[in-house]
Amino acid sequence: MIRRLFIANRGEIALRVIRSAQRLGIVTILGASESDKDSLPARLADEVAIIGPAPAAQSYLDVAAVVAAARAARADAVHPGYGFLSENAGFARDLAAAGIIFVGPDPAGLDAMGDKLAARRVATEAGLPVVPGGEAADANAAMARALETGFPVLLKAVAGGGGKGMKRVTCAEDLPAAISMAMSEAQASFGNPAVYVERFIGSGRHVEVQVLGDGENAIHLGTRDCSIQRRFQKLVEEAPAPDLPDAVRAGLEDAAVKLTKRLSYRGAGTVEFLVDAETHDYFFLEMNARIQVEHPVTEAITGIDLVEQQLLVAGGAKLTLDQSMIRPHGHAIEVRINAEDPAEDFRPAPGVVTRAAWPAGPGIRIDSHIARGGVVPPFYDSLIGKLIVHGQSRAEAVAGMARALAALRIEGVPTTTGLHRRIMADPRFMAGGVDTRFFENFV
Amino acid sequence: MSTLTPEDVAEIVAILDGTPYASLEIATSRFRLRVARESGDANPARAEWSQEWDYGAPASAMRDAATPGVPVLDAVPDGLASVPAPLPGVFYHAPAPGAPPFVAVGDTVSADTVVGIVETMKLMNPVHAGVAGKVTAFCVANAVMVETGTALLHISPT
Repeated sequence: MIRRLFIANRGEIALRVIRSAQRLGIVTILGASESDKDSLPARLADEVAIIGPAPAAQSYLDVAAVVAAARAARADAVHPGYGFLSENAGFARDLAAAGIIFVGPDPAGLDAMGDKLAARRVATEAGLPVVPGGEAADANAAMARALETGFPVLLKAVAGGGGKGMKRVTCAEDLPAAISMAMSEAQASFGNPAVYVERFIGSGRHVEVQVLGDGENAIHLGTRDCSIQRRFQKLVEEAPAPDLPDAVRAGLEDAAVKLTKRLSYRGAGTVEFLVDAETHDYFFLEMNARIQVEHPVTEAITGIDLVEQQLLVAGGAKLTLDQSMIRPHGHAIEVRINAEDPAEDFRPAPGVVTRAAWPAGPGIRIDSHIARGGVVPPFYDSLIGKLIVHGQSRAEAVAGMARALAALRIEGVPTTTGLHRRIMADPRFMAGGVDTRFFENFV
Repeated sequence: MSTLTPEDVAEIVAILDGTPYASLEIATSRFRLRVARESGDANPARAEWSQEWDYGAPASAMRDAATPGVPVLDAVPDGLASVPAPLPGVFYHAPAPGAPPFVAVGDTVSADTVVGIVETMKLMNPVHAGVAGKVTAFCVANAVMVETGTALLHISPT
């Protein structure tokens, strides 16, 4: 049973965790950096602890500072959100040593999935197909790997996710520059510069399966499609994944549950697959051992509060849900509203939001920490809110999203709103089932 | 603690939806909420609503946000070109901690030479010299927060 929950994150996910925890009667303590001390999550949390100065390396990524703050706050559990320390096994171990519950899988589970090589091995053992590739400690090793798998290759942060440190490299000549940039981003985002080299598959869809486990039992909550990505950053997500044969969907879900059970996984997780858009062959990519940005689309179609499930399992309870109780209904779409300047090639645009009129109404959900006067600091990522629309059918969800976006007004910083309006009007998106190259032919 | 929840907003909108009212403003000691019917859809049954929350952001937050980091430096000395920060963020001289810097004073650069990176929102943005010449000075120390347009280094064009 968790009574005092420390939230080691910021922005919309911090607020979202605070809301579910408060509904469960849990006292919330937000661990905030100096630059977030007046943020909406800080105002709505029951208590606030300042963990350090604005740069993430000295606050949200500082394991010792966060553990010390959680101890001082007498927290019995820490929710890490996504990004930052959410998949850091050392952090989970230090919390355990301090007698504090980490809301997530146990450190061994984090190690198994956080190390992409180990994850591939476990996935292969569980019978899941994988994409050719491997880890590279430095630029020379990366080159050797790339020559093995053949160009083009994809560079990914071993410790990470979320597209940070991810680069596509088409020829050997470009590799040295790309690898140093990818390693720097990996270091900045996850505190670990190691990079993973993987064969790049041309026409692929990014489909993932939400899972929940309690160490013994595991269930899935259906698929999500996150193929609409710009520079490997997800922009639009939907559930369920559209335009997939039933047998393929069932195959993905079964594979995800198999892996979750094999890991004796505890908590919420996401098993990511690359699905060939034409043949529907699928490959295991990675498992994200945390709540994900796009989790609300799954919540919208299943009616399950995933953060609540995380907190219950972390508190020691067994899953009270079984597979037969998961009855997805309708279709949901999420768009990420980022503070980015479309006129400057979507460069991040920190600043102060002078007006935030979010859409409202039936089927609409807003997950945002930004109200009038909300600050978008230059130190963190550019997400200022998520707009989620649920409809009885995909067509209804797309139309509802288009109307909701028409009502959305953010002033003070440029945003991706206009881009999303154009995506919703794109015939390929309206038809459904696009691959990750969507933006190559987007005007 | 009782706060304004998304469920509260949904209920308020549902109530208003069945009325001719176009907007509603609620102010409490804790927050202000404005819910409004967005014009543009002639059919009121399909109207979209908007929600604006105001938790009274302190003026200090607005002020701090307006002037973070180091100020834009002095004018460029005669005959030199300055390389401005392309966006706000933290300026780094080297690709990684401990690594050699991209360029040093005295180095010859072309317009495309990467002279540093600005880390903004966890993305590393390369800074190009923009002009061919010789690096004469760094105007900003390593790992310092800069604003858009801050002069990062000076180049003597060739």
